[in-house]
Amino acid sequence: MQGTTCYHCGSPCDVEEVRYDDKSFCCNGCKTVYEIFQANDLDYYYELEGAPGKTPTTDQGKFDFLEDPLIAERLLEFQDDTHQVITFSIPHIHCSSCIWILENLHRLNPGVYSSQVDFPRKEARIHFNPDKISLKELVGLLSAIGYEPSITLEQYDGTSRKVDRKLIYQLGVAGFAFGNIMFLSFPEYFESGEYWLEQYKGLFRWIMFTFSLPVVFYSGSGYLVSAYKGLRSGLLNIDVPIALGILVLFIRSTLEIAFDLGQGFFDSLSGLVFFLLLGKFFQQRTYSFLSFERDYRSYFPIAVTRIPKEGKEENIPVYEVEKGDKLLIRSGSLIPADSILLRGSGEIDYSFVTGEARPVHKESGDRLYAGGKQLKGAIEIEVLKPVSQSYLTELWSDSAFSKNPKTAFRTLTDRIGKRFTVAVLTIAFIAAGAWLWIEPSRALNVLTAVLIIACPCAIALAAPFTLGNLLRIFGKKGFYVKDTESLERMSRVDTAIFDKTGTISTSNKNSISYTGIELTEAEAAVLKNTLRASGHPLSQALYRELAPYNIVPLDAFEEHLGEGLEGRAAGQHIRVGSSGFVRGKQETEASGSEVHVSSNDTYKGRFTIRNGYRDGAGKLFERLDREYDLAVLSGDNESEKARLEELLPPLTPMYFNQKPHEKLEFVRGLQREGKQVLMVGDGLNDAGALAQSEVGIAISEDAHLFTPACDAILDSRQFSKLDVLLKTTGKAMKIIYMSFGFSLLYNLVGLYFAVTGQLEPVIAAILMPLSSISIVAFTTAATNWIGRKIE
Amino acid sequence: MSVIYMLLAISILVALIFFVAFVISVRKGQYDDSYTPSVRMLFDDELLEKDPDENTFDQLDKPT
Repeated sequence: MQGTTCYHCGSPCDVEEVRYDDKSFCCNGCKTVYEIFQANDLDYYYELEGAPGKTPTTDQGKFDFLEDPLIAERLLEFQDDTHQVITFSIPHIHCSSCIWILENLHRLNPGVYSSQVDFPRKEARIHFNPDKISLKELVGLLSAIGYEPSITLEQYDGTSRKVDRKLIYQLGVAGFAFGNIMFLSFPEYFESGEYWLEQYKGLFRWIMFTFSLPVVFYSGSGYLVSAYKGLRSGLLNIDVPIALGILVLFIRSTLEIAFDLGQGFFDSLSGLVFFLLLGKFFQQRTYSFLSFERDYRSYFPIAVTRIPKEGKEENIPVYEVEKGDKLLIRSGSLIPADSILLRGSGEIDYSFVTGEARPVHKESGDRLYAGGKQLKGAIEIEVLKPVSQSYLTELWSDSAFSKNPKTAFRTLTDRIGKRFTVAVLTIAFIAAGAWLWIEPSRALNVLTAVLIIACPCAIALAAPFTLGNLLRIFGKKGFYVKDTESLERMSRVDTAIFDKTGTISTSNKNSISYTGIELTEAEAAVLKNTLRASGHPLSQALYRELAPYNIVPLDAFEEHLGEGLEGRAAGQHIRVGSSGFVRGKQETEASGSEVHVSSNDTYKGRFTIRNGYRDGAGKLFERLDREYDLAVLSGDNESEKARLEELLPPLTPMYFNQKPHEKLEFVRGLQREGKQVLMVGDGLNDAGALAQSEVGIAISEDAHLFTPACDAILDSRQFSKLDVLLKTTGKAMKIIYMSFGFSLLYNLVGLYFAVTGQLEPVIAAILMPLSSISIVAFTTAATNWIGRKIE
Repeated sequence: MSVIYMLLAISILVALIFFVAFVISVRKGQYDDSYTPSVRMLFDDELLEKDPDENTFDQLDKPT
């Protein structure tokens, strides 16, 4: 039974193997999906990619709120009597099989007209007939085949992203005009006094003028506006010399053709704008399937079930939950507000909040915090605080979220831009002043020529192309950075702060130790088989760890929720679970989680299960310690302190029992001392610190599923490379400095022509694109080279 | 030489046609998702082999 993997989802079939149609499945759910696909001639699904599926969720009632027409209306994009359109975000979309099956939904249910997948965004847009399949049934269908959509508050609020295509239009217009103007300006460069050229050049020039209008006032409008705004707030950003260059180019060219002084610089003008926009376009393309802006609304349900004092249960939008309401929380649902458990047994998974994957057991009367997920069985709770004022969600009212401290950051380009503008203006006026002395008629010519040729196109392109390319290289290595500005901030970090649970430690790697009387082989076999029957994470972890024994059919098995397990076989009676359950006395848990065992009512001993630390964590901290100030902030108690001290470099400050707000304040305190802080965390409790820090990196086992708002998402498998990645951003900044050097060289050559009053349009037309293209080529090659060094 | 007016007019017209085609394609969202169509394109041939008989299946049983 070892080694087989599920034909549908690819996970190992060691717990329960289902054979069907000569294939192995890990559970009945996966088998059912296979049956559905096979019955509908859709087994091509398995031919496209091996084991593409996901175990379906069969949770009834979770999507009951979709029956509410008001809620449905807010989710639907379009609706009339026989046609509705909705876009679902489906996190499981990951391969070509997913695209295929979702676009063939109409073969599974005739109520679906058509469906289209947007793979990069992990979305499916579905047209369906509400008479034949209701919205809730549609979601049920998707869930049944393993593609449960995530329907969140964020969607309900209607704040989902809007497609902004303005830049593509601007780029298109500039490119279109650039090509046509080049073609029209060419004849005059080879001017040989021909008769027809002389006669028609006026026409050519005015057509070029016409083409340049949309370039300046539509495509280039962003630079003009940004420069104006910068000047008004007293900032000399890089857009000021660019806008100055664009305007001077346009005005001088127009005057030249109006008074028949020359052909103007329309080709240089449109080329400049085109290249600038290309750089912007390159910089803007990021990971559309990831969200870096998530807050709690991305995880909270849209609606909850309220139990009124009398009458039927009703679904209400989560914002309408009030203090004192009684709610029904089904298994697999999130607790939306701080509350008290009234009825049922809670197995609460706080991994969204703390990153800790191990569920906490709660009894009626216990206090529950918003953000926990009920794992098993339904519970009834009474709300203590409305959603927005709960312990967790209150964090979002901090100013770190409303007023983003990061927007105050000035990029290297902007800082250079200030000195550059001052220098260019000085040179322009000195040169013009000198010519006023020598030959006054050419002074204006020289003034404008300097402003034209010094237009910092290459400087403005260096950072977008270097950092844009690095963004792509990092993405391939499992490090997804939000934007190029975050990369720049990353290169300036001097302090690195780590969360513990879920960041340094991982629930996927457990270390289990046993203390007590050794178990006999017969006892161990019964213990293993008892654990096998339980779905509790601790049982599963222990089950995987114990040596394999033969399967012994249990004569009796009983699971006491939140307490433990009982199994009888071959004359052995094994009790396993909490101390209170096994030997009748409560005990404060020392560290990690403990599982006690007794056999035939004799206490045997305890297993201690601890989260393991990520591979290479110790070495990583050693390397980081050389260049950064380190600190660890943990929401947990001090039980792990001794182990952490072993792992971390000596004298690393460690703080325990840190509340989400305290983490944020800690970062703020360091910033007041002038530190550039990097925060590495994973849960929503780190969200405040991630937002406040200069750079917030979220560690995630699966980047598509859960990450709090942050600047970058790091695939947990790449955790040990963090220092290399940080170092690479520093190298990228060096590349940018080198590019600045190159473009200054070009500018010096150009300035020579400008200052001496010999700047011909053809020189500008060659020099300006040449500098831009060589910068793009240099930065791309250099970043690829440093990218190859990341192993 | 007045043929040059006609040539200019034609060349600009052709350029404009392509420009309009570009604007329409952007507006229809062709640049929004540049990945999925490349995968979808490969499915169509495979589907034809399968003979999708639309009448043989019923509405999906809801899972219990």
